[in-house]
Amino acid sequence: MSIAKNDFVVLTGLSGCGKTTFCRCLNGLIPNFYAGQLKGELKINDVDVKGKSTAELATHVGFVFQNPENQLFSLSVERDVAFGLENLGIERELAIERVNWAMEVTGISQLRNKAPYELSGGQQQRAAIAGVLAMRPELIVLDEPTSFLDPKTAEEILKVISRLNREFGLTTLLVEHRLDTVSAYANRVIVMDKGKIVLDGPPEIVYDAPARLIGIGLPKVTTLFHLLKRDGIPVTINPITVTQASEALRRISEN
Amino acid sequence: MISVEHVSFHYPGSSETLHDISLKIDDGEFVAIMGENGAGKTTLVKLFNGLLKPDSGSVLVDNVNSRDRSVAELSRQVGLIFQNPDHQLFAETVGEELRFSLKNFGFEESVIKNRVTSLLTALDIEKYVNASPFMLSGGERKRVALASILVWDPKHVIMDEPTIGQDYLQKDRLRNFIIQLISQKKAVIVVTHDTEFIAECNPRVVLMSKGKIIADGPAKSILTDQTVVEEASLVLPQMTQLMMSIPELHAPDDIIDVYAARKFLLQALTERAETRRESR
Repeated sequence: MSIAKNDFVVLTGLSGCGKTTFCRCLNGLIPNFYAGQLKGELKINDVDVKGKSTAELATHVGFVFQNPENQLFSLSVERDVAFGLENLGIERELAIERVNWAMEVTGISQLRNKAPYELSGGQQQRAAIAGVLAMRPELIVLDEPTSFLDPKTAEEILKVISRLNREFGLTTLLVEHRLDTVSAYANRVIVMDKGKIVLDGPPEIVYDAPARLIGIGLPKVTTLFHLLKRDGIPVTINPITVTQASEALRRISEN
Repeated sequence: MISVEHVSFHYPGSSETLHDISLKIDDGEFVAIMGENGAGKTTLVKLFNGLLKPDSGSVLVDNVNSRDRSVAELSRQVGLIFQNPDHQLFAETVGEELRFSLKNFGFEESVIKNRVTSLLTALDIEKYVNASPFMLSGGERKRVALASILVWDPKHVIMDEPTIGQDYLQKDRLRNFIIQLISQKKAVIVVTHDTEFIAECNPRVVLMSKGKIIADGPAKSILTDQTVVEEASLVLPQMTQLMMSIPELHAPDDIIDVYAARKFLLQALTERAETRRESR
């Protein structure tokens, strides 16, 4: 499997299917920190992940976890965002520039002097993303980054991620169960089952195989159209957003 | 029954987290507490099992004031499953995790064995009985945390964000499991942001914002009320959004789940097709 630059990939599958394990291979947590046997070849921009330390890989692959509290620990947002760069020993001027940029694109510049625990959940997750961005990775991996957030805040975070993907060409791998919220942003969905990739393609095509997606939380509009099709209503598309579903229903009701 | 009367609460050194909350939850009732991050949802449920005591007002659990009970006594009656399972799990194996409290409560070995086996099976984690909880996936760890509380059969159950990290199959199981718990006359209280899960369950919804209750009623009427939904930083269920986007179909205004939407559309689209055929 390969992921192209600029791709926005949603990785999904039943709980325990290997999604998180796969992601841990991308930044060397496997095999560096978790015991086990890793076979095959894994390259990021032609750099072989094997034999590289997780610290070296951090400039290529950024990780954002479910709970931002697990990721933030400094006394100010700015220190937190700068932490990775300081560890790399990057020149001060350049570091400041990158930290400022990362805080700006995630919309937290005004929070730079706040302590992470003073922030709301959404602001914390933005700070965690900023810390990763400051390292200028080519790939960002987000493991259910919005599950601790209220739906409105979750939407804002997804918009930030989508903008980074579109405007800065940041390749994005988003692990998610709730396909309702993320499908509209993705150009590709990968479904895993029992440690293997079973489906891979644009969302509207992957979601066309309901029999192979049992247990996967498809967007409700997609499920609705699967059911209507079964009922004999002449639906021709697999909507992934409310707007698409709404336009399709209007066409059906008028003809 | 859990009854909260004019409760206010603040954490030391910060402003008031809950303002004058009153709420009654009956035995066998399924209630979802929803609202924005920081609205006070988790604080409220911590009052239910005595982890926190109110500044003013009272919390009554089965008619006994929470101030007159120790946390140990109350939490046996009201089981609280934390949002983050790692705050709860500590044993070396999943089996030990479940046996721990039962041994402490002095249950007989045969009872312990039965309860542990039946819960592990019900939550689809029986194959991990001898595994370390920390080797499991996030979703699986959450189910172990749930099992480790339910195993002592608390009278009422509170779950803080139980659907995080769960796939659709597990959410479906969870829903059936909750139905089972309420049929045993337990009050089940779920704190969640997962609008679509709640839309499928259709429980009573208590909406909170800034430490207050801003709406309380059946999911069908609360989750379709755009004003309160926005105030609580939620979004309308997808099916509600869809129905609102095609006003010319005149859908009922309480559709929140796929099956209700399907039923309505099937009828509406068929009728329209027939009318057109007749007019031709």
